[in-house]
This record gives sequence, structure tokens and C-alpha cells, in this order.
Amino acid sequence: MKKRTTYLRYELVRTLRNKRFFLLSLAIPLLIYVLVAAPNRTDRSLAGTGVSLRLYFMVALASFGAMNAMLGAGVRIAVERSAGWNRQLRLTPLSTRAYFGTKVLTGYMVAGCTIALLYIAGGGLGVHIAAGNWVKMTLLLLVGLVPFAALGILIGHLITADAVAPAIGGLTALLSFLGGIWFPVGQSGVLHYVAQALPSYWLVQASHVAVGGHSWNGTGWGVMAAWTVIAARLAMRAYARDTGRG
Amino acid sequence: MPRGIELRELRKTYRTSNGPIEAVRGIDITIEPGETVALLGPNGAGKSTTIDMLLGLTPPDGGTVSLFGEDPEHAIARGAVGAMLQSGELIRDLTVRELLTQIASLYPRPLDLDATLDLVGIANIANQRTQKLSGGQAQRVRFALALLTNPELLVLDEPTVGMDVESRRAFWGTMRDAASHGKTVLFATHYLEEADEFADRAILMARGVIVADGPTTEIKAMVGTRTIRATLPDVPAEQLERLDGVTHAERRGESIALACFDSDVAIRALLAAYPQVGDIEIGGGSLEDAFLELTA
Repeated sequence: MKKRTTYLRYELVRTLRNKRFFLLSLAIPLLIYVLVAAPNRTDRSLAGTGVSLRLYFMVALASFGAMNAMLGAGVRIAVERSAGWNRQLRLTPLSTRAYFGTKVLTGYMVAGCTIALLYIAGGGLGVHIAAGNWVKMTLLLLVGLVPFAALGILIGHLITADAVAPAIGGLTALLSFLGGIWFPVGQSGVLHYVAQALPSYWLVQASHVAVGGHSWNGTGWGVMAAWTVIAARLAMRAYARDTGRG
Repeated sequence: MPRGIELRELRKTYRTSNGPIEAVRGIDITIEPGETVALLGPNGAGKSTTIDMLLGLTPPDGGTVSLFGEDPEHAIARGAVGAMLQSGELIRDLTVRELLTQIASLYPRPLDLDATLDLVGIANIANQRTQKLSGGQAQRVRFALALLTNPELLVLDEPTVGMDVESRRAFWGTMRDAASHGKTVLFATHYLEEADEFADRAILMARGVIVADGPTTEIKAMVGTRTIRATLPDVPAEQLERLDGVTHAERRGESIALACFDSDVAIRALLAAYPQVGDIEIGGGSLEDAFLELTA
């Protein structure tokens, strides 16, 4: 058993040692949160959602940071591919499942840190949530990251290292904007329908759980499952094909 | 009977913007367990493509690959294969020791880490981060990586490319110590000397086909690489053929042409025996030329 964890352990060590990647992943959402929420900490119901601004943006930016962390795994994969490391790795007994599993767990480690940090910041700005709801919300966030893990791996194996940064940057911006991370999307209209088809929207909706609201409805679970299945399938295919030189 | 490596009717065509390139055009290779074989050929001969197909990194357009009776995927999954690929950097943010530990943990019976570090001569850089290594150091780490996994089949794709003569010699010295214990070894090279010194057998590839396959001594004689031309009247060709290092001699009027497998030895022998020799030229004899002759 120890052997099985050795590979994972060094992957985690490697991620933590890449200080620029790791610290920026944590610092940017935190900074945005403090800048947005600190001056507006008394706002009780953001745009009529029934959720306070400091809570809404705590969850939104935790989602943003976590989403970035999961998609960031794709950037690292693309870089490793361009270095030829992936070909070397394929000649080891490391299975596809273990390879994917390690990438996902590494993403979750960074995502977990960013969520924890935003919770602390939220607490500092006076966010109060019942313990049970904290747990429910956190579980929902963690489940909601699964499709992003699959997307990150997919992009990492599809796109070359020099193009992966704009690709992931663009995707993150799009998912954030349309998913309501920067501002809640309305309750009706085209944007509302588009938003509901995105995994980022449901990630942000986890904030409603904190104030005793419902968790995801059927649409929410369906959208998450569909994104996960499709991205994971495509990621498997991309990985299987991606063996060539340079 | 234990089965070794079997490549049958293997072919691969790459589509490029300049039309298709037939990199490998139907080759058959059989390697017995425990054999050390050199895959010899100039750039573009199809060596790397063959190795990529053998390792399952490139799907062949036709033909089959069997490693110890299994397909490459299964042989790799049980840790039977170790490889040093031609290019490739190391992943960053780990020390050499950590990286080797990480990869060794994936294999069923890796060698002792410290012994391997000593053997390859990288014990002194064991605690350095991989991104701080020089090119030569990284190459040695990649070699250590391949050895450490203690595979049944060790595949080295031009492992000494970019090394100076001294490093090359040291590398093969290490290989001799490390990998001679019943392992099957296949290495690609474009240095005839490497094939000659280290392999039992050499397979010559040129333009995607095998042009010769046999004991290295035979191959060496076939590609008698360099030619010495000089002016030397009155000595019969048969007599010149007996000089050390010479495979074949010809005379045209006053000039002679000696095909040599070792032109250094031959030129010394020639000067010692016939001090009157003049207008000496040593030329040609690149492996590429020899291949072109063989395949013409």
C-alpha cells in the first residue's frame, strides 16, 4: 500500500513546491473577495437573491479559485507533455486510472486550500452559517468540481503548452461570467437558461445551501453529470491518442 | 521456450504537408531473451519510429508487436520494460532522488536507489532539483531512471546523442556493468563503434527497411566504412589487403583504394609497411554512405 501512495505523495509535493502556481491560485480569489466584499459587508440580500453579498461572493470566489485549481491541472499536463515527460510516464506501469486519479487529487488539494482560505476570509467579514450547512455546502462544492477535473485533463491533453494558458484563461472567464461568479445572473431571460447549462452556475448556487435553501435541483445534478461524463470520455480519448513525439 | 521480442511486418506512414512519408516499410525483427541488439542506421532510417511502435507509443499502420508473448501495453503494465527515450526533459520541482523514488515506486522490483546513483555517477547531484541540472546531468538521470526500474527489456533510443567520446565510453562501461545480467537490451545508435563494442548483433536500417541483420562483426565488415586513397606503384592489391584494418583493396594504375573497417589502424600499417606512399586521402565512409551503397 505504501508503494501506491509514493507516486501521489511526490505529485503533491511537486505541486506545493511550484510556489508561483500554488500561491497565485490562492491569492487571486482571496484578493478579489476582500476587495469586493469588505466595503459591502452590510449588504443583506444581493440583487434579491436572499443571500448576503459577503456570503454570495465568498462562495463565488471559492468556486472561482477551486475551478481554477482544477483547470490548472490541465496547464501542468500540457507543460509536462511538451517536455516529453508524458511519453516517459506511459512506459511505466502507472495505469491511466491512477494517472488521472493523481491529477484529480492534486487539483483537489489546491482547490481545498483555496476554499478553506475563502471560508476564513468570509468568517472574518462576519459570515455566519450553521455547522450542518457549512458541511452540506462544502460537500456540494467538492462534488461540483468533478466536471472541472475532467475538463482540465481534457484540455491538458488536447492543447499544446504555448496555447494552454489563453485556452484555460478564456474558458475560466466565460464560465465565471456566465455562471454568475462576478454577479448573480437574473431569474429569467436567455442568460438564465444559458447559465443553467454550465457547471460553474451550479457551483455558485451552493451558497443557497448556507442560508438553509435547497441544494441542486434535478437540472443541477443532470448538468453536472452530463459535463462530467462527456468531458471524462473525451479526456480518455485525448489521452489515448496523445502518444506521439513532440 | 521463453519468448523474446517479435516484430512482424511492421509498417508506419506519417502524413505530412509534403505528402506521406513511409517511415517504416514492413520490417521483421526477432530478439531472443538476453540478447543485446543494436539498431543501427542514419537519421531518418526509421529507428525511432520502430522503437515507438515497439513500446506502444505509436500505433503501427500494419503488423504486430509482441514483447515476451504479450502486447506492449501488458508488458509495460507489469513493469517488464524500461526505456530511455531520445528526447524528453525531466519534470521539475523534485530532487533527483525524489524523482527516482517516485518512478521506482511504480515498478515491482526496482534496484537499490543508492547503488544505482553510484553506478551512474550521479550520487553527488541526488539532492539537486531536476530543473537545475545541466543537459548532461539530466541525460544521466534519465539513464538511471531506465536502469533503476530493473526491467526484462531495456530500450535505449540513441542514449549517447550529444555526448563527447569520453562520456560515451563511460556510458557504455556503466551499461556493461549494469545491464548484462540476462536482460534483453535494444538500443538505437548511428555510431557503428557503439554497436560493435556493446551489441551481440546489429540490425541495419535505412529508409524504413532492414538492410542487414547479423553479428556485429559481419555488419562491420559489410560497411567497411572508410576509404584510403593514395599513390603507391608496384605493390599488388592482394598484399595491401593483408594490412591491418583493411577489408578490401583495389588498384587503378598507380593509385590504390583501400576500404577499411578501421582507417586509423590501416593508415598506420600502410605507412609502416610502405613509407614511399604519397597523396594520401582518407574519406567518405560515413555510415550514411555505407547504407546508400548497401541499399542501392
